[in-house]
Amino acid sequence: MAKGWSGPLEQIDDYRWRIPKNAQSGMRVDGILYADDRLMEMVRQDNAPQQVANVACLPGIVRASYAMPDIHWGYGFCIGGVAATDIDSGGVVSPGGVGYDINCGVRMLTTSLEREAVQAELVRLMDTIYNSVPCGVGVGGQVKFSGREQRDLLERGAEFVVEKGYGRARDVEHTEARGCLDGADPGTVSDRALQRGVNQCGTLGSGNHFVEVQVVDEVYDEAAAEQLGIRRGLVTVMIHTGSRGLGHQVCDDSLRTMEKAMRRYNIELPDRQLACAPVDSPEGRRYLAGMRAAANFAWANRQILTHHVRRAFAEQFRQSDEELGLDLVYDVAHNVAKIEEHEVDGKARRLCVHRKGATRAFGPGSPELPEAYRGLGQPVIIPGDMGRASYLLVGTQAAMEQTFGTTCHGAGRTKSRKAAVRSAKGRSIQNELKKKGIIARARSSRGLAEEQSSAYKDVDLVVDVVHQAGLSRRVCRMKPMGVVKG
Amino acid sequence: MEPFEIIDHTADVGIAARGETPEDLFANAAAGMFSIITDPDNVEPRTSRPVTVSGSDRADLLVAFLNELLFLFETDRFITRRVEFDRLTETELAAVAHGEAIGPQHELETEIKAVTRHELAVEQRADDWHATVLFDI
Repeated sequence: MAKGWSGPLEQIDDYRWRIPKNAQSGMRVDGILYADDRLMEMVRQDNAPQQVANVACLPGIVRASYAMPDIHWGYGFCIGGVAATDIDSGGVVSPGGVGYDINCGVRMLTTSLEREAVQAELVRLMDTIYNSVPCGVGVGGQVKFSGREQRDLLERGAEFVVEKGYGRARDVEHTEARGCLDGADPGTVSDRALQRGVNQCGTLGSGNHFVEVQVVDEVYDEAAAEQLGIRRGLVTVMIHTGSRGLGHQVCDDSLRTMEKAMRRYNIELPDRQLACAPVDSPEGRRYLAGMRAAANFAWANRQILTHHVRRAFAEQFRQSDEELGLDLVYDVAHNVAKIEEHEVDGKARRLCVHRKGATRAFGPGSPELPEAYRGLGQPVIIPGDMGRASYLLVGTQAAMEQTFGTTCHGAGRTKSRKAAVRSAKGRSIQNELKKKGIIARARSSRGLAEEQSSAYKDVDLVVDVVHQAGLSRRVCRMKPMGVVKG
Repeated sequence: MEPFEIIDHTADVGIAARGETPEDLFANAAAGMFSIITDPDNVEPRTSRPVTVSGSDRADLLVAFLNELLFLFETDRFITRRVEFDRLTETELAAVAHGEAIGPQHELETEIKAVTRHELAVEQRADDWHATVLFDI
C-alpha cells in the first residue's frame, strides 16, 4: 500500500537529503533526511518522505523536520522522525510525534560472563529467561501495585520500583532522565488507561519487543568501550519494550482531545494523526503531564523486567546477580517528547523535541549525563534485528548542533508484516536461527515470522550513516546469542 | 468481495473492510481486527458484552468502537467473535459483542497497541460501505 515519494529530494552531501519547503503547501521548514544512496533507494519506495513533509507543517517547528536513516512509514509522523517546536512562539506538541507506545525504549546490561561460559548453558538460560519474563499477548505481570502505589509509580518511575526491591540504586543513575520525567501528573491518566496498565507493569508485550542475550563481537573504540565496561567476547543483555496498554491509552485519549483543540486553535494539517495543540495550552499541558506519567511507567516496566532477567541469570548460573555483573550500561527512550533548550539561529530557545523512533544522543559535557559518562557522551543503544546485530554508540557535539542531540533508534523495517509472514510460509524461523547458533523462544510463530531478519534494513548500513554523519560514534557491535519474543 | 482484507503497511498492519450496511461494515471491521490477534475459527460466541460508544463522525465512531473491543480484550480478556447492533448512527452506537474469554485453545499471535487515525476512511460507495483502518502493532 506504500505509494512512495515522487516529490523533490535534493542531495546535500553524502549522508543528507533535503525536501525543500516549497515541495508541498503548508510546509514551514525543509525536511532533512539522513541516508546514504543504498538506504535512500528504500526510502523513496516508502511513504515516509511524505510524512516528513507533513510534519514540516506543524506550527512552531524550527530548523527542519528531520528523519533518521532507519526512517519508515509510521502513522502521522514517520518512524525515525525528529521535530522540535518553539514553545514561546506557539509551538505545538503532537501525541503522534511520540506514538502510542510512549517511552518505548531499550536498555543494555553487561555481564561478567564470556561467550563460552554462556554458550554451554544457552538453551537452558533462554528457557529460564522465557519462563521468568511475562511476554506475549494478554499475559499479565507478576508484580501487583495498589492504587496508591500505581500513582507513585507514575509520578516517580524507575526509582519507585527500585525502592520496592526491583533493582539497584545505580540503575536509576544510568537511565535517561534518571528514569523519571518531572511534571508527570497521574491525575491526568484516565481510568481506562490505569485499567489497561494495572496488570502490565513488568511485561514485555509482543511485536518487536524482546529480551536478547548478546555477545560483543566487534569493538570500534577501545577507550570508550573500556569506560563502558565492555570488551570483545563479553556477554551482554538488551531489553526492548515500552509503556504497554497504559501508554497506548494515554495517547489515544489525547488524540481525541487534540482533534477538538485543533479546531479551537485554527490549526490545519494534512493528516488527522498529526493532531496537536500548543505546548502552552491546557490541552498541551495535559497531554505532556499524562505522557510523562506513561513514560515513567515504561521506565518502571523495563526496570522490573531487568529484575526478572537478573533473577533468571542467577538461577541458571547459581551465583548472585551482583557476581554475574548484570550492570546497567544505560537505558534510552526512543518514543518521547521533552522540553529541552537548544540553540536556534544563534539564540537559546525552549523547545518541545519530539523523538518518534529516534534516540537522544547528547554529546560530552551534558549535565543530563551521569558523572561516569560526562566526558564520553551519552550511551546510545541501537537494536538491530534478531538474526544480525545491535550496536552501542555514544552521543556527539555534532548531534547537538545538527539534530537537537538525536540519532537513529534501530534498523527500521523494510518489509511489511504481511509480506514477512508470506515469505516465511513453509519455513521455521526458529530452526533457521538455530542453525546460525541463535536460540529463539517466542509465544507466537507468526510473531517470529514477522520479525525475521529480512523484514529489516541492515542495521550496519543505518549505523554507518549516523556514524559518518557524526550524529553518534560507534563503540561496539553485539551479535545475538538468544532471543525471547512475545 | 471478502468482508475484509488485511492490508500492507511497512511497520504495522491494517484492514480494508466492506459491508452492505454500516452495521455490516462495523461488524466486519471488528472481525478483521480480531483475525490479526487470533484465529477466529477457534473463538466461540459463548458469552457477550454490551458496547456503547460515541464519536465525532462515522470514522471516529469506528475507531472508538474498535478501541472499546480492544479494551475489553485487554482488561477483561474477552475475544469478540461477532457483533449485533441495536443502534448505529453517524456518531453513536449501541451493540452486543459475542465471544469468549481467552483460553488455552486460543493462540494469540499479535498484540494490537491501538487503532490509529492514520489514513482512516469510512465511505459509502455505489452499493456498499468501505473502511480503511490501520493498527499500531
